Formats: sequence, C-alpha cells, structure tokens
Amino acid sequence: MMQNTHLDILENEAIHIFREAAEQAENPVMLYSIGKDSSVLLHLALKAFYPAIPPFPILHVDTLWKFKEMIAFRDSIPEKTGMELIVHTNPEGVEKNIGPVTHGSAMHTDIMKTQALKQALDKYGYDLAFGGARRDEEKSRAKERVFSFRNKHHGWDPKNQRPEPWNIYNARKNKGESVRVFPLSNWTELDIWEYIKREEIDLVPLYFAKKRPVIERDGMILMVDDDRLDVQPHETIETKMVRFRTLGCYPLTGGVESSAQNLDEVIEETMSVKTSERSGRAIDQDSNASMEDKKREGYF
Amino acid sequence: MQNDVLKFITCGSVDDGKSTLIGRMLHDSHMIFDDQVNELKSSSKKYGTTGEDIDFALLVDGLAAEREQGITIDVAYRYFKTEKRKFIVADTPGHIQYTRNMATAASNAQLAVILIDARQGVLAQTKRHSYVVSMLGVKNVIVAVNKMDIVDYDQKIFNDISQDYLAFSKDLGFETVEIIPVSALKGDNICDASQNMSWYKGNSLFSSLETINVAESDNHKQSFRMPVQMVTRPNLDFRGFAGTIAAGSVSVGDEIMSLPSQKTSTVKSIVTFEKEHQSAKTGQAVTITLEDEIDISRGDMLSSVDDQCRTADLFKSKILWMDDTAMVAGRQYIFKSAVSEQVCTIEKPKYLINIENLEHTPSDKLSLNDIGVCEVYLAQKCAYENYTDNRTLGSFILIDRHTNQTVGMGMIEHAMRRSVNVYKQKISITPAERAAQKNQKPCAIWMTGLSGSGKSTVADALEQKLYANNFHTIILDGDNVRHGLNKDLGFTEHDRAENIRRIAEVTKLMMNAGVMVIVSFISPFRSERQLARDIIGADNFVEVHIDTPLEVAEKRDVKGLYKKARDGKIPNFTGIGSPYEPPETPEVRVPTVDVLPDESADKIWDYLEENSFLDR
Repeated sequence: MMQNTHLDILENEAIHIFREAAEQAENPVMLYSIGKDSSVLLHLALKAFYPAIPPFPILHVDTLWKFKEMIAFRDSIPEKTGMELIVHTNPEGVEKNIGPVTHGSAMHTDIMKTQALKQALDKYGYDLAFGGARRDEEKSRAKERVFSFRNKHHGWDPKNQRPEPWNIYNARKNKGESVRVFPLSNWTELDIWEYIKREEIDLVPLYFAKKRPVIERDGMILMVDDDRLDVQPHETIETKMVRFRTLGCYPLTGGVESSAQNLDEVIEETMSVKTSERSGRAIDQDSNASMEDKKREGYF
Repeated sequence: MQNDVLKFITCGSVDDGKSTLIGRMLHDSHMIFDDQVNELKSSSKKYGTTGEDIDFALLVDGLAAEREQGITIDVAYRYFKTEKRKFIVADTPGHIQYTRNMATAASNAQLAVILIDARQGVLAQTKRHSYVVSMLGVKNVIVAVNKMDIVDYDQKIFNDISQDYLAFSKDLGFETVEIIPVSALKGDNICDASQNMSWYKGNSLFSSLETINVAESDNHKQSFRMPVQMVTRPNLDFRGFAGTIAAGSVSVGDEIMSLPSQKTSTVKSIVTFEKEHQSAKTGQAVTITLEDEIDISRGDMLSSVDDQCRTADLFKSKILWMDDTAMVAGRQYIFKSAVSEQVCTIEKPKYLINIENLEHTPSDKLSLNDIGVCEVYLAQKCAYENYTDNRTLGSFILIDRHTNQTVGMGMIEHAMRRSVNVYKQKISITPAERAAQKNQKPCAIWMTGLSGSGKSTVADALEQKLYANNFHTIILDGDNVRHGLNKDLGFTEHDRAENIRRIAEVTKLMMNAGVMVIVSFISPFRSERQLARDIIGADNFVEVHIDTPLEVAEKRDVKGLYKKARDGKIPNFTGIGSPYEPPETPEVRVPTVDVLPDESADKIWDYLEENSFLDR
C-alpha cells in the first residue's frame, strides 16, 4: 500500500469536504473563475462524486472583461465534465457600460463582480457555494473557516465565525442565509502547481509564457487583449514573453516577464519568486485591509 | 513513520510573542515575499511596537481589528516548508475568552508549541493551554521560553522555568516535552543555534520541528471503520457508499457490517476516480460497493465484523462550551459527529474541570469556555469510539437548534451502561389497537400562553365539548401537575425544561392508552415546546397559542401573581422576570380578548375536525 503523501492528504481532505457540503445543502453551486485554483477545484469535485457527476452546476460571474482565452476555456467545460455551466452578468452594469478602464477597478469590481455574484446567488436561490479560496493567499483569508457562514445579505462577520473543530462541519442555516465552502483552504500556491502537474490538469494557456502584445501601465504589464484597453499615445504596444500568475479582468491583471513555458518551469519559477501572487492584482493594493472589507460586503 | 506534513499549534499568554514567533518562522524559512515585506515595513511604522525592528507580529495579525488592538482574536492558519517538512501552523489566541479557538486549533494538531515569557515564567494561562492541548489529544509539546534577550540570556531563569513546567505537566499525558530558550524578536535558537546562549546544547526550534517523530495516531492499526458520508447512485447498476476511512484498512472480499443495523455483506469493489483498488487505508476518501443490497445511508458506519464498532445512545463526555449563552441542561441540541447528526439532550454537568489545577467543582451549568463532564442522551443509537482511541470517531460538536451556531465541542469518554442494559419490554397490545377499541384518534392538544391568558378556561370548555361527543379525554394542567408529579421542580431554566420533558412523556403514555390529552401549560420557551413535539411526535401534536397580550393578562390577574411579580416577590415570572417566546407557526392561534371561552373551544374543535382528529 502506498504512503499518503502531502498531496494525497490535501486531496482526501478536499473530497471529504465536497461530500459533506453537498449532503448538507439543498441547492449547492460551484463558483468558477476559470483560474488554476478553479481548475483544481473542478478536478476534485469530479473525483469526489465519481462515478456520478457532481450534483451541482458551475457558476461563472462574467464581468465581460476576462481574457478571450479564458472564455474559450470556460465554454469547453460542460462538454469535458458533463456539468451544467451557468454564466451571469450584472444587467445593470451592462446597461451603464461599467468597465475597469472607464470607471476604475473599485467600481468595476463592486458592480460587475461583488453585486453580480449576489444577484446570481439570489436569482437561483443557492444555499451553499463552493469556492477555490486558499488561506495562504491573503491575511484575512488565513482566519476564514472551511465552511464560512453568510448572512441574508451575503456578508461575512469575521468576529462571529463558527468554531470548526476536528473535521466536523456545521452547514446549518436559516432560510435566506448561505454557506461558502472552501475545499482548498489548506493548499498553498505550490501545492496547487504540484497537484496540477501530478494530475495533468488542463489550464488556460495564459499561465505559460508566450509572446504577447503588452503595454506598461501603473507599473503593471497589461496584455492588449482587445481594443477596449484605450491605449494612450505615450503607451507603446510591445511584444514580450509574459505569463500570468493569477487570472482576472485583463486590464486589472498584471503579467510577469517569464520564459516558463511548461509546468516544470512554472513550478521552478514559483519556488524562487520574490513577490506574492496577488501582487499582480490591482484590487489588493487599495488599502491594507481591502480584501477583508470586500469580503464583509460579499466579495468571494 | 515519516511525517511528510506536521500540523502544530502555537499558544501562549498575551504578549508572549506568538505572532512574532510565527512571523519570524515564516521569514526565516523564506516564505515572505518582497511585496509583503514592503507592506510590513510600512505597517510597522504605523502600528508597530518594536522600534527599529520589523514587527513580525503584524504579518500574521490579519484582521483589521487585531492590527488596531494589537491582539490575536481568531485562529489563523499559516503554511511554510523547509527542505525536510511542510508545516501547517494554527496560530491561536492567548486571551482567556478565546479558549474555544485554541481548542479548535488543537483538535487537528499533532504537536503544540507553548510559549512562556522568560520574565513571567509559568502562568495560569500556560497551565490552561497545556491542559487544553492535552485534553484534545496532543501528545508532543515544545515549550519555547521566549524573550530570553530581555533577561540577558540567563541560564538560571531558563532552568527554573523548565523545572516548574515539567513538575506541572507530568500528569498531562504528554509523550515528549522539549524546552528551548529562544528570542523570536532577535532570532536566537529559532533557525540556528544561538551565539548568545552557548550554555544551551539542545535543538533550535526549527531543527526540533523538522526532526521530531510525533506520536502518530495508531488509527491505521485499528479495525476498519468508515462513516458513510453519502450514497452514490449514478445509475441503476451502481450503488456505492462514499466516505473517508477513519480507522484500519479494507480490502475487496472483506466481510463488513453496517451499524447500527448490524447487517453484513462483502466488499465487492473499492472505487476512486483513478481506478478500482484492491485495498484502502485510514485517511483515504473512497467509494465502496457491496455484494448484497443492504439498506445503508448517510449516518451509518461500515465496520469490520470481527471487531465491530460499538453503538450507544448515552455517553459520558467532556464538553467545552463555546457560546456566550450558557448550556441549559435538559434542553435539546443538535449532536453532530463524523457519523451522525441528530437531536440530543445533555444532563446537568457532573462537575466542571478547573483547568488551572485540574480540580473538580460542582456546577449547574456550562458557561463560555467552561469544560465540564456531562451525560449526553441521543435520540437514536450511534456508532462511536472513545476519544482517547480515535479522535475522529470520538468527537462531536453541539449546535443550537435555533441560531444554528456551533455552541460546544465534546469528547466521548465512554458509553454509559444504562443505555446498554435497559431493554424495551415487548408488549402485545399496540397503541393503535387501544385507540381502535376506543374508536378515536389519540392526540396532544398543547395549549401555551401567559399566566392568566385563559388556557385552563378554554381547556375546560374544549373538554366538555369532547366529552359530550363521547371522546375519552384528560386535562393536564400546569398548576395541578406541579402539586404532584413535579413538586420537586422550581422555575429555573433547567427545571422548566425538565417539567416539560416529564409532561411530554406522561402525555405520550396516555396517548398510548388511547386518550386525547389536553395540556394546559405556560411552556414559555420554543425549544421546550419543540422538545415536547419531538417526544410526542409531530403528527399528533396540536400546538394552540392562547394569545392574550401581557397587559390584558396582567389586568385580569385572577391569582394575584402579576402583582406579586411586579413587587419582586416572584422571580422568573413569565412575562415579567422571564421571557415568553410566542409560537411562530402554531397549529391554532386563539385570541381571547372579547371572545367567549366556548367560541375559543369551537375554533380548536374546527381545527381538529378539519384535520381528521375527530374521525371515527
């Protein structure tokens, strides 16, 4: 019999969490962001319920500003997995033409992501939502439970969290309240990469270095994915070998110059890199406690 | 056994420097990125307390309130690795009011790092923390005597603290205790041996954490146990039982038993996403199929047949209370273990454990952060192991039925004999046959309302009407029962709960005799009425709210009780010194203002008729 390696331990824990949550929910859903963590989450969901198909749909909140390659990847998921894909965009945001370039990252994220997610959860009446957040990502997440309770307004109260001893998870709630469940809580960025390699999990090609058209803006390398970036006369479009450590809305997601074109090279780079993965995201730099503020409001 | 991952918790008193220590460990193991160091430097200027040095505590005190107040409120999880091991660290709060968080973190830990401030020595908090980690089953302890830089790296101070700690902890059942003098702030003995304490010849903290052989649980050597999490039925040909193996191992062809049903079958296959396995072991999440179609569902336990898992419905347990609202003995809570989720009631504590000196003290209740030994009664039998044998199968949480908060955590010490030895006597005539002889349908008409609301008057009118129509009835009246059966009970929350439990049991016995029972009790608390509903059975329970406003009832004051209560002569009087929780969805609501008792009785009669309780 084989020893359980640390990846086996993490995998078994995540499967256990998936099963516990699905059994305790009436109408669960899996939030899907198309990123590497979502890909791992999806892979674990397929494992947890095999040979059955996971008993919940996948929900993507589309801000309409994702990289084109992300959307193509997303649209291939139902055929690959047999799961239902639900895409929701905030219609009010579309009507007002909200975007990160014209309205700034804070307003765009609030309307097209936070508000849109709440709309979708209310519209379909989901009482439990799986997410791919990890505790090592950011300080306020380090203290979040695996089963994280949300009030009727989807808000998180960090000072009033349910204690979560052993691996006994309490998903009980009253009508209108909901629970977010994070099967990847104990994974680190490196664990994610090592697992992707071991399990040969498909990723959006943006994670690997390739010559891409980019500009530099506010210290970030941004990819010119379409003509909405509003390239200014003083900005020049260059072709550089870049890749992305996290994926989001393309005008808010900084790439890094890199030559890592396959998983081994990406892993090697990840282990030697000197900045955290969220440093490429505009959303975290607004204020020290910005992620905590956003979570209180219902951001994932 | 090689430990690929080490899960440990850090605990200590306020200002012992836990967060600083963890920040230092992350820093020295190169887990801190440049952008985080930059943020840290700017935060250190704003909130820091370390002058010129970087304040590592700010790295781990994540929540905004903590950064402002400089305390660690909640359990925070950290991840770092060295070449030899990966570490998962639970950083836990030191304040007395956060014992529950420390216990939560300890429940999953293999080792505890306990901090002692070299200037303070062994404190009451140190003892609390040591006892809690020992209670939760942690067997390996490293004591870090911190702030050695402030006491000039004095060997005698370190030796005195070491002796104190070893003397105190000798009865806590730790298998190893290693004591290390450190300075988290300056980095002495964290990563490398300290130049400032050449008198110390032992391990640095890192080398100890990297090499210690923690007492692995021997769950994998035990007999096979797997709680069934869910039944997988993708199509008619496949019926699998999914779960995580909690003890032992299982192979294709093994005979297994499902508990509590005690049905047996043989393992046909062990399925995972990758492939079918010949065998599987502790910790693995698998799906098992069986040769025979036996009825198994979530909440059952698959067990080896030779050494079958025990089942019981009464446990002696240690309970740590985690909620601001104290535990009410006799009230119902949800019991949730790895196997089972069901209703339980908890008896009043046998004693509390004072975790500073381990003495036992008597108490009627469990308040926040109290640890007590209590008897827990389950509604149904549940498979279990004692906590000392298996942490997964011997643990449970308690959930409040109304707020859904997790309010307690429990460890099974052992099942009680009573539930094992008291068998139900088989009786030939069934309740249904007795009811058929009377040609009526037994039910409980449970009237709740304030004192003076008119419960007894309405009950009397209703009984007269039923009697006139040849129904066999009885009235159980609160005042009357308190003169007899329940004359030993007072009006505390516990006694009120016990009062209702007894009435519900008596009501059930009378219903088994075929009688229609009219219960007229104030029964002010929702949870106790829910208890009565559960004991009697929801199908035959008719809750009637005699809905009279407090002002009206107080004005009537037939017995003069409201006046006495207002004068302070009756404490805990419902509506004055103790709350009345009106039913949210009673079967019948009867307002009594400007309504004659007969009209109220008619309203209840109509409900009974419409819902077939009066069918002959």
